[in-house]
Amino acid sequence: MVDIDENPKMNPRKNIFSTAGQALNNFPEINLIFIIGVVWIILSFLSKNWNTWGNIRAIMMSFSIEGIVVIAMTIMLIVGGFDLSVGSVMALTMIISGKLFLLGVNPWIASLIAIIIAGCIGIVIGFFVTRVGLNFLITTLAIMVVTRGACYVLTKGTPLSLFELPASFKFIGQGRLSGVPFVIILFFIIVVFSDFMLRKSSVLRKVIYTGSNERAAILSGINASRVKVIVCILTSSLAGIAGILYMAKFGGATAQFGTGLEITAISAAIIGGASLSGGKGTVLGAVLGVAFLQIITGAMVMLNVNPYWQDFIRGLILLLAVTLDHIRQTRRRSA
Amino acid sequence: MTEEIVLSVKGIEKNFTGTKALRGVEFSLRRGEIHALVGENGAGKTTLMNIISGVFKPDAGEIFVDGKRVEINSPHEAQKLNISFVHQEIALCDDVTVAENIFMPAINESKSFTVNFKKLYSEAVEILKPLANIRPDMPVSELSMSNHQIVEIARALSLNCKVLILDEPTSALSESESVALFKILHDLKNKGIGIIYISHRMGEVFSECDRVTVLRDGNYLGTYNINDIDRKEIVNKMVGRELDDTYPPKKKRNEISGEVLFEVKDFTSNRFKNISFKLFKGEVLGIAGLVGSGRSEMAQAICGIRPVKKGKAYYMGKELKLNSPGESIKKGVVYLTEDRKIDGLFLDLSIVKNISAMDIPKISGKLIISSKLEENQANNYVKIFDIKCRGIQQSVRSLSGGNQQKVLFSKILTVNPKIIFMDEPTRGIDVGAKAEIYKLIRKLTESGVGVILISSELPEVIGMSDRVMVMHEGEKTGELVEENINEKQIIHMASGITK
Repeated sequence: MVDIDENPKMNPRKNIFSTAGQALNNFPEINLIFIIGVVWIILSFLSKNWNTWGNIRAIMMSFSIEGIVVIAMTIMLIVGGFDLSVGSVMALTMIISGKLFLLGVNPWIASLIAIIIAGCIGIVIGFFVTRVGLNFLITTLAIMVVTRGACYVLTKGTPLSLFELPASFKFIGQGRLSGVPFVIILFFIIVVFSDFMLRKSSVLRKVIYTGSNERAAILSGINASRVKVIVCILTSSLAGIAGILYMAKFGGATAQFGTGLEITAISAAIIGGASLSGGKGTVLGAVLGVAFLQIITGAMVMLNVNPYWQDFIRGLILLLAVTLDHIRQTRRRSA
Repeated sequence: MTEEIVLSVKGIEKNFTGTKALRGVEFSLRRGEIHALVGENGAGKTTLMNIISGVFKPDAGEIFVDGKRVEINSPHEAQKLNISFVHQEIALCDDVTVAENIFMPAINESKSFTVNFKKLYSEAVEILKPLANIRPDMPVSELSMSNHQIVEIARALSLNCKVLILDEPTSALSESESVALFKILHDLKNKGIGIIYISHRMGEVFSECDRVTVLRDGNYLGTYNINDIDRKEIVNKMVGRELDDTYPPKKKRNEISGEVLFEVKDFTSNRFKNISFKLFKGEVLGIAGLVGSGRSEMAQAICGIRPVKKGKAYYMGKELKLNSPGESIKKGVVYLTEDRKIDGLFLDLSIVKNISAMDIPKISGKLIISSKLEENQANNYVKIFDIKCRGIQQSVRSLSGGNQQKVLFSKILTVNPKIIFMDEPTRGIDVGAKAEIYKLIRKLTESGVGVILISSELPEVIGMSDRVMVMHEGEKTGELVEENINEKQIIHMASGITK
């Protein structure tokens, strides 16, 4: 049998990324904190408005809701899958709950129903992946298109105007507690809770086992299919919860809302140290990843970068993140 | 036979991020010899071969081919010097035909835009004919493990190799396939090819090789004519200490009570049929058979990992329903996989997390895992098994084969199993670790755990089993006890001659 230091498979090619890859391998969060710090300092020199409470709050607001989806996506990546349908599931949740509200249903109950429907979409994804045996790419791609289609069917393309939502409901998206936006507080609670769960809960431990080596997990008595279905439900439901928060924040819903969220979420999760090959990822990483992306977006807005270029740059960041992930994996296997 | 040296190396040094993998190693290969390279895991055998075949560059030292000093910077350059390396993990393209696999390097070099399949097939037949009866137009995925190896060797021959390196070629082969492979190797040797043969199996080294070189911890310990040294000396050199007898003493027949611990009746699936056997308290039941005889499939089916058509299992007379791995683990019937890297361990997770995987409730209350319980459990097993590691948070990937296997054993023992099916429990681990695992197996049976040992290594089956059940093509062909447990009898039954 081969020993690790004598793996015959690979000739570890030296390249410019390898040192960076190795550094990232040890403690990805530290590197990311450092990078964010540097970017932040540069930006505070470029604009005197950057370091204001208003700006910091705006940035935190912007990633608080998205961050929920990123945490979900991180858990999805840990189990070895990914979900392209989060953006359209989010929009569908907004539209279903908005429609129900317009029909006279209590907004809280309408939201609950919509989130349950989102969870059911997770069951459908889980079914196709574990029972039928399709892969995550094709399943969630199809579900993404189907769900987005459903959004257009339900709205016939016209945005829903939901200014009538009661103030108590709008509070979850717009309100503040002693100056701090409620969404930020909520996000903070979700972060602390999910971080604790990922470290300590036996259910999420099974997620790590399954993603790290599915066959070994099965032989260890873990029902890997059930674990995957649970993660699918969790991801879709969290996307749904994010949708409800956005609806409360904006007082409206449109069929095209959340387009491209899957790209942002996967990028942020991978920047935060999750891996497309499963088994890796932390909540702290997810938070830092989404913060990093929002800082870049905020910077582009502040520096008046043409919006058409923004997607271009975001795409490049994703490519860079995936490349770094790949290098991390190969380094680990050959080192 | 000539004494002409085709390949030699001197003073080879190689460092991997801080650890010295090779220190001043020398080695020489004659024309037409089979030269065994032995050493424990981590001794540097594969590293040395990777240097010779251009995968790694040495930090210091010289390589001579046919007396000329050379630098080998890539596997491609090694090929040009007629050095071929058949890796342990076979590197063939599954969906492509045998002929295309054999001539992959040639197709790669070819300037022509198309491939002349007619010519390819006829040339492939020519190379394959003396080796085995393999059709060149068959996709590789339809070949057996041993034929995979033969295709790799054929590829090396197509390159007109003078030096053929084989890394544990028999570890995945059955006894009869190994015999066939050695016949091929002897033919090649007689044609003047120098063969470097890496192996953990002392039996093969002594019966098939001409000279042997021993490495330990990256140091060169010497090269010996096989006739001038005995097995014990080599093992002692490899391990660096005196070893006790490899196999702990067996139970005497009369010491085994007639109490049936575990019984299997009429197990049948599409890979095996009507398998029944009993396991008595305190004994080790060996299961022998060729690769493909359905041994592993049967064990997996009993443990609920594979579907079964019919069959019942009983523990102390009570019927057990084992329909899923989870269910059988709960009932104490566990399967120790033959391939720890593929479905045994979580290579990227820590030792702690690997050990806890089978029994999460044990370290958690209802929902929340207690780090303290988890770490105590891991520390405990690290101590019991003397797992060599920097700490329990070290990732399992970075452990040596033997230590990985100990982690796998720890994981299985956390559930306090009653019956363990051990599939190739010592595959690819070194002599020292093997002896420890044999002792552990005996200790387990003494404490009342039933052990069913599946192994392709006949000496292991013979040395460890109190009773041996032999299988052939999915059927049980017989049972052996006491002095009837010998190679001749087992091979006889395993090849399906007696029923």
